[in-house]
Amino acid sequence: MDVEALRLSFTLAALTTFALLVIGLPVAAWLATSRWRWKPLVESVVALPLVLPPTVLGFYLLVAMGPMSPFGRAWISTFGRPLAFSFEGLLVASVVYSLPFAVQPFAAALSAVDPRLVEASHTLGVSRLATFFRVSLPVSAPGVVAGAVLTFAHTLGEFGVVLMVGGNIPGETRTLSIAIFDAVEQLDYATASRTALFLLAVSFTVLVVTYSLRRRPVLG
Amino acid sequence: MTGKISVDVRRSFPGGAGVRAAFDEPLAPGGVLVLFGPTGSGKTTLLRAVAGLDRPDAGSISFGGEVWFDSAAGVHVPPQLRRVGFVFQDFALFPHLSARGNVAFGLGGLRLDERGGRVEETARLLRIEHLLDRRPAGLSGGERQRVALARALAPRPRLLLLDEPLSALDAPTRERLRGELRALLHHLGIPSILVTHDRVEALALGDRMAVLVEGAVRQVGEVDRVFGAPADEAVARVVGTENVVPVRLAGHEGELVVAEAGPVRLLAVDPGNLPAEAFACVRAEEVILERAPGAATSARNHLAGVVDSLVHEGPLVRVTVDCGIRLVALVTRSGAEQLALAVGVPVAALVKAQAVRLVPRG
Repeated sequence: MDVEALRLSFTLAALTTFALLVIGLPVAAWLATSRWRWKPLVESVVALPLVLPPTVLGFYLLVAMGPMSPFGRAWISTFGRPLAFSFEGLLVASVVYSLPFAVQPFAAALSAVDPRLVEASHTLGVSRLATFFRVSLPVSAPGVVAGAVLTFAHTLGEFGVVLMVGGNIPGETRTLSIAIFDAVEQLDYATASRTALFLLAVSFTVLVVTYSLRRRPVLG
Repeated sequence: MTGKISVDVRRSFPGGAGVRAAFDEPLAPGGVLVLFGPTGSGKTTLLRAVAGLDRPDAGSISFGGEVWFDSAAGVHVPPQLRRVGFVFQDFALFPHLSARGNVAFGLGGLRLDERGGRVEETARLLRIEHLLDRRPAGLSGGERQRVALARALAPRPRLLLLDEPLSALDAPTRERLRGELRALLHHLGIPSILVTHDRVEALALGDRMAVLVEGAVRQVGEVDRVFGAPADEAVARVVGTENVVPVRLAGHEGELVVAEAGPVRLLAVDPGNLPAEAFACVRAEEVILERAPGAATSARNHLAGVVDSLVHEGPLVRVTVDCGIRLVALVTRSGAEQLALAVGVPVAALVKAQAVRLVPRG
């Protein structure tokens, strides 16, 4: 098995999960409480990666990262190298691609929190932000952990977007799923099957953990 | 700490029902103002507006000279800054924290070394010291209620708000805790506003009460006065046709307890654990009228008096009898005709001892 690809996949999945906890939780908290009339628009944008073919998403991300777009140009002038076909570019793409896998379980868990708990905290003089960290987040912890685990597993196995945005550069953008594809192309079925079996085992374990967490009642 | 609460708010809901309520009450330390009304009358909406949890469409709310809400001036003080204690109907304890964590939750403004002492002190007041390390899931209904009270009281609020604090409890626990809660509220040294739809609760816990009907405050006054003399028909319908008489308990007669209301003696079944001062409640439907004192009956209370007024209400007649106390009887039209009831006619009012319900007053 390609150890370099394995390490890269796990690093990518871990960083993506971390990034989505930072970005996804505020978005989910907003979705769980907002009564804004255009909220369905935001929900649709978040869910788009679920239905779009990875090649379509990857294509747009590639264009956005390229030197033709203002974002791509700004990146190059700041960091001195393009975002496309780099590990950083892969990370950005993974975050976008896995957004619904994090935000949807987060939002479901947060909207299941009894609003009276939040109100009780407010009457006790605790600010909205502190209430989020002291009440909403701990009470919805099982759902948030489930979302994070799903994000990790999903990133570990992604293929299409990675290929479009990252290509196949060993040590930089070559992930486990790309390694499998490569092995099959070279008719190296033994390597492909070992790697595939490994990913299957990881995915299955992750799902078992997720569903066990979901079954457990809220701490108390 | 004496504060005056002034509320004049309007709030509409998509369903059509709305609240348009105003009252203006001085709140004494230890005093309890009851917001009384049937389900959907808007009393919880009003309480939430006072707490700052709901924002009315228009109007103003002030307490102790401080403006909490004023739609015209664009003022809405957030709940965090109002320093009120709020006890929710189902207590809303934080499930992920121990009782200690719940009680300490609002003590962020205190120095760290003071928090433990405040938790212990509040726990002693509520007698929950032995429960502090348990999670809410491991507490009984009555224990949760006391933890919820402790949590609300620990930061020393200026005003305590209670939303149906006994309704989530089973009947025996409710009976037991009602007296405890009354004693607690009266000894706190801060005023309380309590929402209830239960008459016994209103009588037992309240000093003054505001009656809400369909989103509007219809009457404000001393609890027994409001029950005894509803301002209008809507209030009468809500508070029920109930005779509420302040009485002093003056010993026992056999197994029954003697309650004195001025010159009038009432015999009642002893509910136990009564203080000397109580309210005697008799439903008007349970007062029987008799023209001349005649044969012996099984009713223990025979009160001689004269008819003071007669009001026809469909098939029924509401008869007020002056027999030392004013007693309202609800009799059928044919019954009234048979007795030839008219103003000034002497009658006797018969009330069974078990129809006299005694409610403590503090």
